[in-house]
Amino acid sequence: MSFEGLSKESTEKRRSLLESIYLWEVVKGLAVTGRHLVHNIFHTGDMPTMQYPEEKRVYSDRFRGRHRLMKREDGTPRCVACQMCSTYCPADCITITAAEHPDPAIEKYPATFDIDLLRCVYCGLCEEACPCDAIRMDTGIYEIAADSRDKFVVDKEFLLNEQTRGTR
Amino acid sequence: MKLMYDFFTGQLGLGAAGANITVAAVMAVIMFTVMALCAIILTWMERKVAGFMQSRYGPMYTGRFHGWAQAVADMLKILGKEDIIPAEADKGLFKFAPILVLLGSLLAWAAIPWAPDFVAADFDLGLFYIFAVSSLVVIGILMAGWASNNKWSLYGAARGAAQMISYEIPLALAVVPVVMRAGSLNPQDIVIAQQGGIWHWNINPITNPFLFIAFFMYFIASIAETNRGPFDMPETESELVAGYHTEYTGMRFAFFFLAEYANLFLVSMIAALVFLGGWWAPFPGMGWIPPALNFIIKGVLLVFLNMWVRWTLPRVRVDQLMHLCWKVMIPVSLLCVVGAGVWMMAWGQLK
Repeated sequence: MSFEGLSKESTEKRRSLLESIYLWEVVKGLAVTGRHLVHNIFHTGDMPTMQYPEEKRVYSDRFRGRHRLMKREDGTPRCVACQMCSTYCPADCITITAAEHPDPAIEKYPATFDIDLLRCVYCGLCEEACPCDAIRMDTGIYEIAADSRDKFVVDKEFLLNEQTRGTR
Repeated sequence: MKLMYDFFTGQLGLGAAGANITVAAVMAVIMFTVMALCAIILTWMERKVAGFMQSRYGPMYTGRFHGWAQAVADMLKILGKEDIIPAEADKGLFKFAPILVLLGSLLAWAAIPWAPDFVAADFDLGLFYIFAVSSLVVIGILMAGWASNNKWSLYGAARGAAQMISYEIPLALAVVPVVMRAGSLNPQDIVIAQQGGIWHWNINPITNPFLFIAFFMYFIASIAETNRGPFDMPETESELVAGYHTEYTGMRFAFFFLAEYANLFLVSMIAALVFLGGWWAPFPGMGWIPPALNFIIKGVLLVFLNMWVRWTLPRVRVDQLMHLCWKVMIPVSLLCVVGAGVWMMAWGQLK
């Protein structure tokens, strides 16, 4: 890389006498921070900081939160264990074991349906892949925390239960 | 002071020597308490000022109201930390350095007049003593950097020593015009000489414009002297980790921390007593305000100014720092001394 094309004058701005004394510039700088200080004391609410556990951000309805499994009218999962979501999942976080459904009209049902929330990238492809709208990410839950890794692996019962928050 | 002495001799029947020692001990305890308290209050204040200037809240949880107890909680936490001494460190110096740094600022507190009759050590060389004793901090910092046996600590300490020794010159020179005006080095006399409201304070540019300039020289030099603001070269975290206290943990680190805020309050108090009329109220009708409160309010306002500067200006380079000191501040302060002298001769203000 060569610097031949660059002349010194073009990069260095000439300072006026007032600027080179700095004192007035310092006062101007102090005025900026002083204005902020006074404004923020009298308009505390204007500060962008959010007091997180007390105040929570309102996300849009399209926000992809933690998954949930939908139910049929009789309360059994809508899922037919077609493996579309687990196949489509880029993070490979869904594990489904299929089993034969007692009702001959329905081919299969998920014997287990586990999602590893630590692997999940919340891309929403499982929702899109699902042919029978059985998995949704519309819960709006984003506070997913636990004190051990195995608690992040959530099962069918957990995902079907509408009362559950976060992780196990 | 006289009151306390009389109490010990009269009420408790102590001899003169016993009473003197007791008064000294009581004053030492009071000064240490004041210093620890001011460190705790000023850390909270600093974090709040910094936060609000940057449109943040700062501490909000501890103690309910705006996190007022955060500094107390931090102190408790720091007490419970492991005390680590690096294996290759010079153990004796490593342990002694924080004490020396704290001692430097604590000793200087003795000569600060808080009220008309409330000085731990009221003696004629008071101001000289304050500047002499606060130089101990330089040795402490150099000792800490050397003993840590860490290259960042040593760089920080070397920078700190160079900076503090350089800035002591304009710091002391800026006070000389005031000493000339009051005709005394005794802090109490300097304060008494400023009697009679805000226009009699040494900062008044109409009485003597050179003293007004000297105040700003003192203020800038005091920022460099406390290693803060745009002049925190000894601890530039982006290049030196934390400078001379990189290797310190727990209580020993707390000593440096305490000393920083004690020093900050100390230089502000000296500025208040030398230029802003010490414990005098700003207007004659305000005699009902306790003198010590006047003094503390002035000190805290100056501390606020110091924090304001710190959270506004970017850090300067080492060479810029030295340039500012040797080529700008020392000539200007010398000019102040000469100018103030000529001015006082011309207007007959000399004592």
